[in-house]
Amino acid sequence: MSVRRPLPRWADIVLLPAINLAMAFLISGMVVLMIGENPLEAVQVILYGAFGYGDGVGYTLYYATNFVFAGLAFAIAAHAGLFNIGGNGQAYVAGLGAILVGLALDQTHWLIVMPLAMLAAGAVGGFWALIPGYLQAKRGSHVVITTIMFNFIAAALMVYMVNRVLKPNNTMAPESETLDVMGRVPQLREFIPYFGYSPVNLTIVVAVAFLVLAYILIWHTKLGYQLRTLGQNPVASKYAGMSNSRLIMIAMTLSGACAGMIAINEVMGVQHRLVLDFVADAGFVGIAVALIGRNHPIGIGLAAILFGALYQGGQELQFVIPAVTREMIEVIQALIILFTGAMEGLFRPALERGFVLLSLEQKAEATARATVDSES
Amino acid sequence: MSEQTTNTQRPDPAAAPSGDNGDWAIELEKINKSFGPVHANKDIDLKVKRGTIHGIVGENGAGKSTLMSILYGFYTADSGTIRVNGVPHAITDSRHALALGIGMVHQHFMLVDNMTVLENVVLGAEDSPLLNKTLAHARSQLVELGREYSLEVDPDALIENISVGQQQRVEILKALFRGADTLILDEPTGVLTPAEADHLFRVLETLRAEGKTVILITHKLREIMAITDEVSVMRGGEMVETLKTSETNPEELAELMVGRRVLLRVEKEPANPGDIVLEVENLSVTDRMGVQRVKSVSFSVRAGEIVGIAGVAGNGQTELLEAISGIADPTSGVVKIKGKPLDIRGDDGAARARRAGMAHVPEDRHRMGLVTTFEEWENSILGYETYPDYGKGMILDIAAAQKEAQRRIEMFDIRPDNIRLRTANFSGGNQQKIVLAREMDRELEVLVVGQPTRGVDIGAIEFIHKQIIKMRDAGKAVLLVSVELDEIRSLSDRILVMFDGHIVGEADPETANESELGMMMAGMNQKEAAQ
Repeated sequence: MSVRRPLPRWADIVLLPAINLAMAFLISGMVVLMIGENPLEAVQVILYGAFGYGDGVGYTLYYATNFVFAGLAFAIAAHAGLFNIGGNGQAYVAGLGAILVGLALDQTHWLIVMPLAMLAAGAVGGFWALIPGYLQAKRGSHVVITTIMFNFIAAALMVYMVNRVLKPNNTMAPESETLDVMGRVPQLREFIPYFGYSPVNLTIVVAVAFLVLAYILIWHTKLGYQLRTLGQNPVASKYAGMSNSRLIMIAMTLSGACAGMIAINEVMGVQHRLVLDFVADAGFVGIAVALIGRNHPIGIGLAAILFGALYQGGQELQFVIPAVTREMIEVIQALIILFTGAMEGLFRPALERGFVLLSLEQKAEATARATVDSES
Repeated sequence: MSEQTTNTQRPDPAAAPSGDNGDWAIELEKINKSFGPVHANKDIDLKVKRGTIHGIVGENGAGKSTLMSILYGFYTADSGTIRVNGVPHAITDSRHALALGIGMVHQHFMLVDNMTVLENVVLGAEDSPLLNKTLAHARSQLVELGREYSLEVDPDALIENISVGQQQRVEILKALFRGADTLILDEPTGVLTPAEADHLFRVLETLRAEGKTVILITHKLREIMAITDEVSVMRGGEMVETLKTSETNPEELAELMVGRRVLLRVEKEPANPGDIVLEVENLSVTDRMGVQRVKSVSFSVRAGEIVGIAGVAGNGQTELLEAISGIADPTSGVVKIKGKPLDIRGDDGAARARRAGMAHVPEDRHRMGLVTTFEEWENSILGYETYPDYGKGMILDIAAAQKEAQRRIEMFDIRPDNIRLRTANFSGGNQQKIVLAREMDRELEVLVVGQPTRGVDIGAIEFIHKQIIKMRDAGKAVLLVSVELDEIRSLSDRILVMFDGHIVGEADPETANESELGMMMAGMNQKEAAQ
C-alpha cells in the first residue's frame, strides 16, 4: 500500500512539467543516437536555430504567436470544465471572417483593418465553437465529440469556400485574392531589422495582450469565477444559481474567438490571402501548450515559446543534419506531446511518494499542527 | 510505506496463547498507523471479550475506521500485534480476516444492485466453477441463518428492490455465511428507521447470545448505552479509555470523545412564531428517471420558527429541498416567500430564490455547497458573486471578498483562520461553518438547512445548533431537514414527518414520543401511529 498526498504547488507547476520535458528530450536524444547522429549536436542546432540569430528568433516568435492563441483557447474552455479540441477548426473558419473584412477594407489602412478583422475572425471562430457549446448545454452532446466533428466540417467547408467562392476566376491555385499592402498587418521587421526575413508580425502584441486579458478574465472577473466554479463543480454552480448552460456557451464562444486570432496571424500577417489548411495543426499543438502551461497564461506563454522553438529549431535541424528527416522532428514533437499531455501523470505517483518521504522529517511538527486543527 | 517493517508476525512470548487468554476474541496491542505525516493510530490497545458487544466511539477522524480497517486487513499496521482468539496473526487482506472469522458490515453497503440476495451472499465465496451447487447449498444455509438470527430475507429478491434495512441484513448474512465469529459494524444505523434500528439491535443481541462477538462503531451515544457491554473511546488517533457501559453515562462519554465538557442538549427559549414567511403549496418533483419523489407537499413556516422535516434518508427530502431552493425544477406547485410566488424554475432558479431572501445550506457540502478546490474566501462568495458587495461591474472585488471572509472566519471561529487555504484542507465541521457563515451572514427571510451536522464533530455540532437557533430568535423562518431524529427533536418547534414523498404527519417535539415518530417515518399515518 502506498501513501499518496497532493504535491506542493511549485512541484506541480514547475517540477513535474520539467521532469516530463526532460524525459521527452532524453528519449528523443536516444532516437537521434539510434540513427547514428550526435544528440548533443542536435540540441545545439535546435537551440541555435531557434534563438541564435534574428531570423530564427523571429520564426520562433511567429510560431509561438499561434500557439499562444491555441493554448489560451483550450485553457479558457478547460477552466470551465470543457475539453475544446476543436481549436483547429475554429481557427480555420475564422480565416473566413478575417479575409472577408480584409478584402473589403484593404484600401484603407491596417489600423482600421486589423481590429475589424479581429472582431470578424473572433465572431466566426466563436460561432463555430458556440454550436458544440449549445449542443452540450441544451442537448447533452459532449463537446469532445462534437468539436472533433466540427474540425472535419470546417475542413470541408473551407475547401468549398476557397475553391468555389473566394478563388478568383483567373487562377488555378486554391486561394483567395491577395490583400493590398495597405491592409496587411505590419511585420515586426519593418521596425526592427534584427528579425531579418522572418514573418513575425504585430499579431504577437495581440497575443501578449490576450495572455494578460485571459488572466484577468479567469481570476479577476465575476464571469471567470463562475466559469471556474462550473469547471470545478457543476453541481455547486447550479446550487449557486449560475446558469450552467449559459456559462458553457459563453466559455465555448470565448474559446473559439481566441482560437480565431490564429487567422489574424496567418491570413492577415503572413499569407495575406486565405490558403487551404493555413492553421497547420496549430490548434492541436495548443492542447499540449495548455497542458504544459497548466492552463495558466504565464505557463502558456512559456510553453508556446518552447513549441515555437521546437518548430523553428526542428526545421533548422533537418537542414543541418539531413539524416534527421522531417518525420524525425515530428517524432520529437510527438514525444513531447506524449509526455506532457497523454502521460502527464506518469511520474506523479513517484514524485508524491518522494515528497511524502521528504516530509517525514517534518512529521512531528505536522502532527502537532493536525492535532491543534482537529480540536477546532 | 509498504516497505516499512511490520512486526505483526513476531509472536509476543508474554502473550502466548494460554488458558487465561481464552476470553478475548480480539486483542490489539500497540497498533500504529501513519498516513504521511498524519498519525491516524497511536499505540492503540484494544481487547474485545468473546460473546460481547463492544462499542467504539469517537469523533470523525479519531481513528476508529482506520483501526477497524487494520483489523479487517484493508490496511497493514506500521507496527503492533493483532491476536485473534489469542493467536497472533499478520492480517494481510480481507480474505485473510474472513478466514480468521472476522466479518465487516460497511457503512456503505458492498452489494451488487442488480443481483439477487442469494447471488450477493455467495459472491466471492463460490466453491466451484459451476454455480448451481454453491447456490443450492447457500440457499439452505441462508434460510437456516435467517431463522436462527431472525434475519429473514427473500433469497431471490433483487437488491435494488429491497429496503435499506433488508440490504443491511444481507450484509450481515454475507459475513455469517462466511463463518464470521466476530462482526464489525460501521455506523450501522445511519440509514435505518428507528424500528429497523431496534430490529438490528435485537439481531445483535441474538448474535451475542449465540456466542458471537460484535464490534459496533458509532457516534450515537444513545445506541452505545442501549446495546453495548463495553465501550472504548478514541480521540485524535489515541485510545482514551475503555469502560463498562453500565458504569458510564452519555455525558461522560461525550466529554471523553471531545476532551472537554459539551452540552448534549440544545438550550433554547420557546418559539415566538410571527407571520407566515415560507409557503409551499402542492409541490411535486419528478426525478430524471421519471420517478415521482415529492408528491404534492404543502406546508408553511412562520417567522421565528424552526420547522423540522423528519424522515429516513431517501424519502424525498433531498428533492424537496432542491425544488424549494430553485436547484431542481418542480413538476407542479408553488413556493412563496411572504405571499409572493417565487420564480424558481429554470437553470438559474437558485439565484432568484436567493435574491428573494432564501439562504440554503445544502445537505451535501462536498457535492453541492462548496467547491473544495477553491480557496476559503472564494467559497465565501459562492452564489453571491454577482452582488455589488463584491464589485459593481464585471471585475470581482477580491479585496472586499477577502475582507468579508476574514471577518466571517473570526465570527464563526473557522479554523485554521486562513482564507487562502484550499477548502478541501479544512475539517468537515469547519467546512460546514464556511457554508453556514456564507448563508447566514446577510439579509435573509428564510433559512433552508439540510443535514446541518452530517459528518461534523461534536464540538462543532453544538456551535452549529446555536447558530440555527440564533437565526430563529432573530425572526427568520427556518426549515430544517435532517435524518438525525434527535437533532430534529431538539431543534424544531414543529416536526413534519416525510415518507415516500408525502408529509404523513405533524408532531410537537415536546409531546411526541419516539415510537410514534418512528412509525410515521416507517410510513404509517398519524392515527395509526398514535395507537
